[in-house]
Amino acid sequence: MNLIALKMLVGDRAKYLGIIMGITFASLLITQQASIFVGLMSRTYGFVTDLGQPDIWVMDPMVQFIDDIKPLQDTELYRVRGVTGVAWAVPLYKGLLKARLDDGSYQTCNVIGLDDTTLIGGPPKMIEGSLADLRRAEGIIVDHVGASSRLAKPAAEPGGQPTPLRVGDAIELNDHRAVVVGICEVSRTFQSQPVIYTTYSRAVQFAPRERKLLSFVLAEAADDVDPKDLCARITAETGLAAYLRDDFARMTVNYFMKYTGIPINFGIAVLLGFIVGTAIAGQTFYNFTLDNLRYFGTLKAMGAPNSMLLRMILLQSVMVGIIGYGLGVGAASLMGTLSSSTELAFKLTWHLLVISATAVTLICLFSAFISMYKVVRLEPAIVFKS
Amino acid sequence: MSTDSSLAVYCKGVTKTYGKGTAEVMALRGVDLEVKRGELLMLVGPSGCGKTTLISVIAGILNRDGGECAVFGTDFGDMRDHERTAYRGKNIGFVFQAYNLIPALTAAENAAVPLLVNGVKRQRAIDRAKDLLGRVGMQDKVNKPPSELSGGQQQRVAIARALVHDPKLIVCDEPTSALDHETGHHVMEILRSVALEDGRALVIVTHDARIFEFADRIAQMDDGHIVAVANSPRELKL
Ligand SMILES: Nc1ncnc2c1ncn2[C@@H]1O[C@H](COP(=O)(O)OP(=O)(O)OP(=O)(O)O)[C@@H](O)[C@H]1O
Ligand SMILES: [Mg+2]
Repeated sequence: MNLIALKMLVGDRAKYLGIIMGITFASLLITQQASIFVGLMSRTYGFVTDLGQPDIWVMDPMVQFIDDIKPLQDTELYRVRGVTGVAWAVPLYKGLLKARLDDGSYQTCNVIGLDDTTLIGGPPKMIEGSLADLRRAEGIIVDHVGASSRLAKPAAEPGGQPTPLRVGDAIELNDHRAVVVGICEVSRTFQSQPVIYTTYSRAVQFAPRERKLLSFVLAEAADDVDPKDLCARITAETGLAAYLRDDFARMTVNYFMKYTGIPINFGIAVLLGFIVGTAIAGQTFYNFTLDNLRYFGTLKAMGAPNSMLLRMILLQSVMVGIIGYGLGVGAASLMGTLSSSTELAFKLTWHLLVISATAVTLICLFSAFISMYKVVRLEPAIVFKS
Repeated sequence: MSTDSSLAVYCKGVTKTYGKGTAEVMALRGVDLEVKRGELLMLVGPSGCGKTTLISVIAGILNRDGGECAVFGTDFGDMRDHERTAYRGKNIGFVFQAYNLIPALTAAENAAVPLLVNGVKRQRAIDRAKDLLGRVGMQDKVNKPPSELSGGQQQRVAIARALVHDPKLIVCDEPTSALDHETGHHVMEILRSVALEDGRALVIVTHDARIFEFADRIAQMDDGHIVAVANSPRELKL
């Protein structure tokens, strides 16, 4: 009877495709929107994970996320170094500075100042030059997306291609001359300004004069010290906030989740996909069952118990569910692959596959359920109605 | 209640009312009827007199309100829903005016449905269905879907389906009224020759006076009663 159920389903080509389309649409929309959401959210803390090595981020207790800079006094670095269990601690400058371009326009850049001696916290990947080149006078390293777009030199003639910023080129950062010594690659961040790496001492020269300029202190726990415990000790001894890298990343995501409309927007898109998919698939599946009611009645008259008919309907819905899910997730990951070289944030994790599988399962169960209800209540006596 | 299993069908004072209150329709008002083994009984009467209701009660797809009714000594009234369903699956064959063949299946698959419902393995069921299709002259159409068959051919497939599981009783509602005279005649010949074996009984509801000659007896209904039973159409005032 299972084969018969499947033949009945496939036999009605139009409805069969309609149901699959509904489920495909739902799983595509849910997977795709959720992937973009996860992609965007992971950009928020991209800088934290890019920075890699240090276990612990130390900052002003009021800081809520990575871009929320509340500078510290330079002396705080020494206080952190003084806490027992700290293997080493280095300063980090992070701030938005204006770069003056050749054509006289200004571009805000995310300037990162690394500890002069160790250069800890450099970009995850160099494309041209090396991190050590930062030691050269006036040296900066620019991320290649920024170098080839926002910081690029305008085309010589109107309508021509702009020239990307190259090693050896000079720009002005807050009226200070800076020379490009390397091009790097960074994770896309949420603000998408160009990222410029330089040394800490140079960064504070570029920055407007202020009493406090130290953004973060990056610290590493000694080998036999539990980083979690060390965070607590740093806080106790210095009054500063200290977080493990992953905790700080999570704090940053939570901040964006809580204080921006982003989750709501994507939540709505996902919910819409679910509702529309359920409506299309459920409705078409129900119509399919209604069309076949005469045959279900005939089977009932011929001795098919309800359990058999329910199994047939469930099988039909599982079949369209699997196909629709496969197509939808396949299309979503294809779109993700195609857009991987663009600005679009897209991150398809296995969690999302599970979530959209759950959504599809719910849609199928719902569709099957309303149909089953109809079939269970069906009087076999309808078979003699013409 | 009768347990006389020498009778294929035994009905006494069967009543059935549809609906409630002002919408109430009393379709059967005390029907007495007996059908013997090996007999082909036709049920005739004006539209709305309760013929379909009666065979639905006899075939166990509709519950009666009152009276007695037994098929081969078994009373559906005593049975639970799933028992009745199982009994139908083993013992009753159906032929419908509109054939009710599943469009997505081949003739052989359609004819095999009652066996599949009863849990017979697919290949055995299909083989047996092909046998039956051969006996109704459809051996060269076993793999055709209903859409490629004529009305008469579809009804022959339906007859094969009604017989494939060796039921004891076959009920037919207007089996020939969608067919032209000649095809209807042919279908009735097949029904008579193939179906009436091994002490099976056939109850056929029909309007079609041209097939009365195939009946052993004819029961005439009017307004929820059997008003006359005759051995030939000439004895009835039709
Ligand atoms: N499901 C139902 N609900 C309400 N009334 C019904 C239902 N089925 C039949 N009836 C009524 O019961 C009466 C008998 O119906 P039935 O179908 O048994 O007649 P019939 O003799 O088969 O008629 P026909 O020759 O037109 O098929 C009719 O008055 C009909 O309107
Ligand atoms: Mg009728």
